[in-house]
Amino acid sequence: MCDQTFVAITFGPCDSCSQNKPLMNIYLQNEPVNYCSLCVELMACQGLAKGETVSTLRAESENLKAKLEEERAKLHDVELHQVAEKVETLGQFVIKTRRTLKGHGNKVLCMDWCRDKRRMVSSSQVIMRSAAVCVLQEHAVTMPCTWVMACAYAPSGCVIACGGLDNKCSVYPLSLDKNENLAAKKKSVAMHTNYLSACSFTNSDMQLLTSSGDGTCALWDVESGQLLQSFHGHSADVLSLDLAPSETGNTFVSGGCDKKANVWDMRSGQNIQSFETHESDINSCRLYDLRADREVAIYSKESIIFGASSVDFSLSGRLLFAGYNDYNINVWDVLKGTRVAILFGHENRVSTVRVSPDGTAFCSGSWDNTLDFNPV
Amino acid sequence: MSFYKITMERVIVSMQDPDMGMKMRNQRLLITVIPHAMTGRDIVDWLIQKYTITEEEALHIGNFLVKYGYIYPLKEPRNLCLKQDETPYRFQTPYYWTSTRWPASELDYAIYLAKKNIRKQGELIEYEKECYNALHKRINHTWDFVVMQAREQLRASKQRRKADRIVLECQEQAYWLINRPPPGVMDILEQGPDRRNVANTRVQLVSGQMLAIFVKYCEQYQDHDPIMQGCLPSNPWITDDIMYWNMNSETVTMPTKLRVERWSFSFMELLNDPLGRKELLTYLEKEFSAENLCFWQACEEVRHGEASKIAAKVDEVYKQFLAPGASRWVNIDSKTMEKTLEGIKHPHRFVLDDAQMHIYFLMKKDSYPRYLKSELYKNLLAKAIVPQETKKSVFPFMRRQRHSSPSPALVTQTAEDNGKAKPSAAKANAGTASQI
Repeated sequence: MCDQTFVAITFGPCDSCSQNKPLMNIYLQNEPVNYCSLCVELMACQGLAKGETVSTLRAESENLKAKLEEERAKLHDVELHQVAEKVETLGQFVIKTRRTLKGHGNKVLCMDWCRDKRRMVSSSQVIMRSAAVCVLQEHAVTMPCTWVMACAYAPSGCVIACGGLDNKCSVYPLSLDKNENLAAKKKSVAMHTNYLSACSFTNSDMQLLTSSGDGTCALWDVESGQLLQSFHGHSADVLSLDLAPSETGNTFVSGGCDKKANVWDMRSGQNIQSFETHESDINSCRLYDLRADREVAIYSKESIIFGASSVDFSLSGRLLFAGYNDYNINVWDVLKGTRVAILFGHENRVSTVRVSPDGTAFCSGSWDNTLDFNPV
Repeated sequence: MSFYKITMERVIVSMQDPDMGMKMRNQRLLITVIPHAMTGRDIVDWLIQKYTITEEEALHIGNFLVKYGYIYPLKEPRNLCLKQDETPYRFQTPYYWTSTRWPASELDYAIYLAKKNIRKQGELIEYEKECYNALHKRINHTWDFVVMQAREQLRASKQRRKADRIVLECQEQAYWLINRPPPGVMDILEQGPDRRNVANTRVQLVSGQMLAIFVKYCEQYQDHDPIMQGCLPSNPWITDDIMYWNMNSETVTMPTKLRVERWSFSFMELLNDPLGRKELLTYLEKEFSAENLCFWQACEEVRHGEASKIAAKVDEVYKQFLAPGASRWVNIDSKTMEKTLEGIKHPHRFVLDDAQMHIYFLMKKDSYPRYLKSELYKNLLAKAIVPQETKKSVFPFMRRQRHSSPSPALVTQTAEDNGKAKPSAAKANAGTASQI
């Protein structure tokens, strides 16, 4: 199970000092022992060599960090917008809402496009599959929990996955018969110990990647419900994930409430890279370069008070669509760092923004119970 | 705590800055004069000027300042919105900011309602009466304290100047309108499920040299980005004409020029497009190296398929591609081959990774560049379609009917059914509908 929040505490005699105290179960050289917290502290300090104290080690660590920054600075760095100076500036965009889906009676929390570019699945307390182009609701499934925060379409277009406060991710095969009770065919795949925040199919219908409020991500085999790999490293709730379109197809990135974006290797479960942001600049969108291993751009404006809840790139990567908690969508020029448009279409916070698979339109879902579709 | 409060308070504080802040004046309210008030118009103008934004955006922000209780209207206290005219507003005292006093306590609300009730019988409106009665039941054990506090506060307020008293009453009322909104009004403070947040304070703001690659990517794909450049013949979302999707579907006989061009951007682009993959297979067959692509595809199926079928699939791959004398033997270096054959004895999802990688890079470095230079590719590029642009219809009655496209589920079902000649094909078609 993806559980890292339990600390088994027993009470009894400590293996080291023999006093009756609350014990922590730890491993010393692969042997399990029960030490009280004081003895654990003392033992940790035994790792210090002669002449070292915690403060000297800390000073050495700070020193090394400073040297590292120095070396990085030597690489003649420039900012993204400087490199992009010669690129043509974009004019102001006029973006209009072309379709609105009003079927949800509740806050829309998540949506995902089908690979056929025109269908989508959206979730609130109800999962709805809709043919977005003709604004036709095809299926609706009522879920037992009120917050269904994640939903995803499988690559084949025949299956959808969703979950939320029920701590699970369930898979539903889609059928042609509208009257058929989809809920009856539901299959539970993922199990977490806290809410499900995001889910995504990998390159096939057979594997599901999930992220949860329990601070972990996990990879599951859909057919058997078996846990294939779990990813531990966030120190707070994980809110979102996205797969990398790489040649080897093995990595994904997750974002958490610990203000970190972590890159993971799906095969080994290891955290390959990590990006952190400063606490005071939370109302901005940031761009990180994986190969350069650093932050390369910030998209923010003083007049934007609220944080962004969801982002997606246009097909070329030039435009960034970000949905905010102030009910707006801001469109950023990724290279220049400027804002090219604001959309005022929603009456409550925007919870999800996704560009369609062929880049012809983007969809925004909101707590005002609607989904808007906007091309230029 | 939600961080938007920090940012909003920053705005509020700069609005009250003695030099650069808002100009405030006295405002007449019935017969009393309230000091330090400002008009809605002034607020919008100040926001426009300070943040260099449009009027629409300034009004949007201003509305939030009122909805979150940092500014309250003097004349119509229940109407929590910003009007861009002479309507007077005032800054809420920090004592009542949502960051300092949230969540609002039941006890405080009870005292507030009790005060209202005592001050003027019948002043409580319907929903307030309901809340009052409910509280009376729920915290009945503290009711003496509630009434006593209410009386004390009323007595203390009587000793204030009338103008101050009115201001305090307005502030308190504004606070409760937000923290206990009447039925039907959106609860602005709703946050959704609780989240565990952890603060981190490391700053990492250094840029790199790889940016040029990203800039190049954006430029290369710009023409292929429908939102940036439009798409030919037209964007289906705008014109309701789905030709664009039909012309770019997987099974089309003649692809568009943009699509064929995109195959030259990277090997991944070619492989990701089923039509591209088919073309590559045709080319490789001519070169007698088609087994490479087939092997790669078979490895993908192992990696992404059901866990239960892995052993069987790996065995198939071994028989077809790796075994000595196999019909479609792939040419892998001896070290990788040895390692793979060893690994196959205990098959798992990633056992073919090394071999697959080897073949992938072989195709990428060798076959792919040659394919791009081949007659096959060049001919296709020359014959590829450049669609004519169709403009959006001006006349609304000419708007096309919107049809639901065949569901992907239908496609796979039909493929299964074709082998069984079911008479239910007509029924299956009923699953798609048209909508005007």
